[in-house]
Amino acid sequence: MSPQDYPTTWRRPPQIVRDKRWRIALQIGIVLYLVLAIGTVEVDWNRVYQGLERGQRFVMGFLQPDFTSRWSDIGKGLSESLTMTLTSTVVGVLISVPIGVGAARNLAPRAVYYVCRSIIAVSRSLQEIIIAIFLVAMFGFGPFAGFLTLSFATIGFIAKLLADDIEEIDPTQVEAIRATGGSWGQLVNYAVQPQVMPRLIGLSLYRLDINFRESAVIGIVGAGGIGATLNTAIDRYEYDSAGAILLIIIGLVMVAEYGSSYLRKFLQ
Amino acid sequence: MTEISHYSQVWAHRTPRKRLFMWMGWLALVALFVFCWQLMTRDTIWAFVADAPRQAADIGNRMMPPRWSYLPELWGPLWDTINIATLGTIGGVIMAVPVAFLAARNTTPSLHILRPAALFVIVASRSINSLIWALLLVAIIGPGLLAGIVAIALRSIGFVGKLLYEAIEETEISQIEAIEATGASGAQVLNYGIVPQIMPAFWGISVFRWDINIRESTILGLVGAGGIGLKLQASLNTLAWSQVTVILLLILATVVLSEWVSARMRHAII
Repeated sequence: MSPQDYPTTWRRPPQIVRDKRWRIALQIGIVLYLVLAIGTVEVDWNRVYQGLERGQRFVMGFLQPDFTSRWSDIGKGLSESLTMTLTSTVVGVLISVPIGVGAARNLAPRAVYYVCRSIIAVSRSLQEIIIAIFLVAMFGFGPFAGFLTLSFATIGFIAKLLADDIEEIDPTQVEAIRATGGSWGQLVNYAVQPQVMPRLIGLSLYRLDINFRESAVIGIVGAGGIGATLNTAIDRYEYDSAGAILLIIIGLVMVAEYGSSYLRKFLQ
Repeated sequence: MTEISHYSQVWAHRTPRKRLFMWMGWLALVALFVFCWQLMTRDTIWAFVADAPRQAADIGNRMMPPRWSYLPELWGPLWDTINIATLGTIGGVIMAVPVAFLAARNTTPSLHILRPAALFVIVASRSINSLIWALLLVAIIGPGLLAGIVAIALRSIGFVGKLLYEAIEETEISQIEAIEATGASGAQVLNYGIVPQIMPAFWGISVFRWDINIRESTILGLVGAGGIGLKLQASLNTLAWSQVTVILLLILATVVLSEWVSARMRHAII
């Protein structure tokens, strides 16, 4: 074998799908899907072209936001959003603690476990916006419907993560408390609570952050908050006010994100 | 139990000072809650709230039984919805990859200019919900599938970018150094040192985001961005609650199915 026979170049072997036939089949499948999918997307390029001018105005509005002329509306929307966020997080967490304890297999009897897990499944599978539509239809427009929506969504989130967390606790501490003859309530208070409390606080802060973001959305279907103000601003083609609202949302989300991560580090 | 009384202290978890602080913290939270509650419910019309159970029963009655004959009309919008999610995910991922490489501390070309800019793109994209993106884009490029696709893509940049740049930052340095030691150029280091390490994470994140996007694209039609949400909006506007039931059940089935598909795919990849 002469040295020339050694390959001088090397190609990286495939990482994910190792069988060549499967790779080719996958690639053909993807191309076929893309052709079909893009074929059904009808785009009115004339309309897009006309819209570019509006897009430019929107970008200008974003660069030169107008905070002042609609400030009373923005302020009202913001105060609704913020109060909605806080109250719904507090109420949601208060409701989700018993449900989370009930949904932990190592603490609850089987019947309670199934009931609590199905509450969590219902709350998680429905989207905030769809819940908001129904609650607005029932409770009328305004932040109260938004508060209920966010509380309901919080239950699924916190209760599920809390239950998963309780199921993963160190069982030796539970046994130790049980060995002292502690009742079920004492067991939860002295063996489980100290283990999951830091995480519960962290999750609540994280949910506070999510609830604020969601409160900006559910206003679109009439559940109050800054989303309603934003919707109105866009409907009136007031892109400078819309830009101001979006900048406020981005700013507050950034503050909430960094603030909550800082607080979580401080608490743990 | 008189014996214990001469101990100066009974065991407690926290010092009195700490307990006082905690108590004050809880008190402040309660006070804040009450204040916010007052502010929020200032304009609430309690008559509507009291009326809610009756309204709920009324809507429940109208929703049952579901009008199954409406189902054939929904397959087209459902196909559109899946296309919005899939094409949007592809677009978002394509835009997110360069952003992630600019944002990762170990691959960014400039730590002080491009990295903060990339991080701002990620935060801005993440903090604005896809429904708001859709609202803006419907106003700008008109109602239709394109607005939905672009909205999903813009929203996905932040999510994919954030997780991907964290994956890039967690790559093992020894493999990259090994490639560098062979005298490879910057692009070759990227291709042979970093890409193989983040490939599983990349596919996992993309599939995960696709799953979330299916969920989000079902409601984009509420603001006019195409898909099954348009049908939902139309049925809600005409108060056809029995059709709403069918649509919601279909959305639920789609979401559950996509979640299953994504879980299987991620399981196969990682």
